[in-house]
Amino acid sequence: MGGSMEGLKYAVGDRTIVAEGAKLIPIYVMGKRYEVPETLTIMKALEYVGYRFIRGCGCRAGACGACVTVYRTTGDYRLKFGLACQTVIEPNMYLVQIPFVPANKAIYDINQLSPDIFTFEKLYPETFRCLACNTCTKACPMDIPVMDCIQSLIQGDIKKCAELSHPCIMCGMCSLRCPAEIQHPFVTLLARRLYGKYLTPKAKHLERRIEQIKKGMFDWMLDELMEIPLEDLKERYTEREFEPEPYDPDWHPKDRRYLIIED
Amino acid sequence: MGGYPEILQEALARVEETRPKRLEAAKKKKYYPKLLPSEYEDILKKYHPDYRPEGRRVLKIGPNKGEELQVELVELLEGRPWIEPVDFSSRLRSPDYTTDVLVIGGGGAGSAAALLASENGSQVMLATKLRHGDANTIMAEGGIQAADLPYDSPYYHFLDTIGGGHFTNDKRLVRALVLDAPLVIKWLEDLGVMFDKEPDGTMKELFGGGLCRRRMHSSSDRTGAEIMRVLRDEVGNHKQIQILEFSPAVELLLDDEGMIGGAILYNLDVQEFLVVKAKAVILATGGYGRLHLHGFATTNHYGATGDGLVLAYRLGVPLKNLHYAQFHPTGAAFPEQCAGMLVTEKVRTLGAEPVNKDGNRFCHPLEPRDVESALIIRECIERGNGIITPTGRVGVWLDVPMIDLIWGEGTTAKALSSKYLQFKRYGIDISKQPILVFPTLHYQNGGLCINEWGETIVPGLFAAGEVSGGIHGDNRLMGNSLLDINVFGRRTGIRAAQFAKNRGEVKGLNLRHLERYLRELDELGIKSNKKAPIILPDYRSPDKIKT
Repeated sequence: MGGSMEGLKYAVGDRTIVAEGAKLIPIYVMGKRYEVPETLTIMKALEYVGYRFIRGCGCRAGACGACVTVYRTTGDYRLKFGLACQTVIEPNMYLVQIPFVPANKAIYDINQLSPDIFTFEKLYPETFRCLACNTCTKACPMDIPVMDCIQSLIQGDIKKCAELSHPCIMCGMCSLRCPAEIQHPFVTLLARRLYGKYLTPKAKHLERRIEQIKKGMFDWMLDELMEIPLEDLKERYTEREFEPEPYDPDWHPKDRRYLIIED
Repeated sequence: MGGYPEILQEALARVEETRPKRLEAAKKKKYYPKLLPSEYEDILKKYHPDYRPEGRRVLKIGPNKGEELQVELVELLEGRPWIEPVDFSSRLRSPDYTTDVLVIGGGGAGSAAALLASENGSQVMLATKLRHGDANTIMAEGGIQAADLPYDSPYYHFLDTIGGGHFTNDKRLVRALVLDAPLVIKWLEDLGVMFDKEPDGTMKELFGGGLCRRRMHSSSDRTGAEIMRVLRDEVGNHKQIQILEFSPAVELLLDDEGMIGGAILYNLDVQEFLVVKAKAVILATGGYGRLHLHGFATTNHYGATGDGLVLAYRLGVPLKNLHYAQFHPTGAAFPEQCAGMLVTEKVRTLGAEPVNKDGNRFCHPLEPRDVESALIIRECIERGNGIITPTGRVGVWLDVPMIDLIWGEGTTAKALSSKYLQFKRYGIDISKQPILVFPTLHYQNGGLCINEWGETIVPGLFAAGEVSGGIHGDNRLMGNSLLDINVFGRRTGIRAAQFAKNRGEVKGLNLRHLERYLRELDELGIKSNKKAPIILPDYRSPDKIKT
């Protein structure tokens, strides 16, 4: 696909561009040998040899966990884990995609849960079988200290678990590898939800604003914007006052007509 | 492994040379001067990929006939369906599934819609193309807007939105967006979304491009992922929501009275069609980045192929604000494995500025997205001041190291943690080295025409999220997309449940609208061998693709 700007050879969509001088290297896809140009990611290498993804492909940007791949490299007994869309191929990589991870998600009403260790004992009791073996951490493609997440939860520190697990893309590799068969993605997700809902103070200004909106206190302002002619609207847009950057706690806007400030 | 190769070292050195002076100016907020709004038009006309007459074609069929739209989009709208109506006449009499509300699309909007429809008494089926949660929502990084601070007001949110949209937005939709916004934040807070907050609970809110007040709520730099994880979990807690994954819709169905009747889905795992009868249908199919308009790379996920557009267009639903697609000014240009990937605008709101191959600044870091994109393209293409990567892509530097120098060491690793981790995998420490960026196809500004409840002109057919048009006008502001999906996801869920409750039985499922469409394509002499919707792009080597 070429670009539509004259002489623009720069827009080439998502089609694989092979770097100049790249040589072919062997990789093994489910045991079958293929030769592909180096510098390709696992995902692009598979497409290069003729695979079209249905499962095992999501955002193609390292954020969704769909393309998690298990592989070994020559002469190394260790199992390695990476995202196909982000990991560059190495010679003799022995690959397999993981299309799905079975995990039991507990069903709950978050409004009925208490933000403490007892909730986890009830909903995910297997979490307490954790052997502290660190296999989960080794399986994580996001470098999250997964074992620390589980251990902090077991010690009742929901906050720590929530903060450490925030980058989780829920690929499920930790769960698949865990000898204690823990459902890490769902357990840490519950910790994050409980933390966000119960263990941080509610935003009071938000509640106040909602009350004001429900009382219709902003209606006349929006009615005005709906009704004024286009030229006036453009003028208001161009003339609008900007809050100065960086954030200055002592700043006050000059025009208060369209604000509702209750002390 | 990785890092920057030898050939880019010289250009990197130049950025380091000019940084001290630029940093001094940046600390005083003295960036390269902003353009006046009156100068936008000229810049856009000359350099924005969507403002050039090439790459467009006249749409020959349907409610928007005569409009000049992007070639790839016109091909989609004039494409051949997956099915022959005659093959399905008996299957339509005995559907495989029956439900109250069918939600097509499992991203943020679809999940919010499913939740609200279920909470309002409907039986819901959520049909997703890939896994539930595979959507553009997870990649939204910057944040979600809502005017909830004392010195802000929905009035200013409205002005920012309509000005950013070049005054082409549907005002009713903007009004709904800005008034519902604080409600949506509260809803998400109550669901347990981890918003960045001060110790006393006050939301940490950031500035953004085109915003006159601080209004962006965020969860580190993975706000969309955080929201999607929570919504997906909550959908899983509702037993009345049945989820069918890997089952995209290939055609919509009407009933004898011309109201919506359901859809035909395609089970990708076993390659079989399914007929779903439904009293209400909510299209939440997302964007069209994988159409690669004008050949650009995209930030969008694998399944973003604009399906909902063609499905509803065949029913006569008009399209709005599709003339201009949103190109995000900073898509990654290096390394190759992340080409086109989103680099959040937050990087620029935190103080990093774009810099050319000589290490010089050439534009303000926070012009509206279309203007910023056009300025970067001008710098690279016309002025030849871009940097060329080993794979032949071009870009400019985004001087991310400025952030730690302005705010203190560790800021980048914390505030932009997902980008920091991602580039670390490539051997690049973004707190110490700049990154290469180039505009990337990012967002479908417009789409299906809806009213403030997400209703289309077809009774019982709703649309929510990126697939719909009119909210953002010709250009969306950052932070309004995560808001849009929640506001209209919720509204369509509520309304669809009401519609389903008040409706009688769905009688006489038919594909007569498709028969008419096919006849019209024939009469107009439009011959296409492209299947529409395309469902998934094909990235296999050209010699491997069998027709």
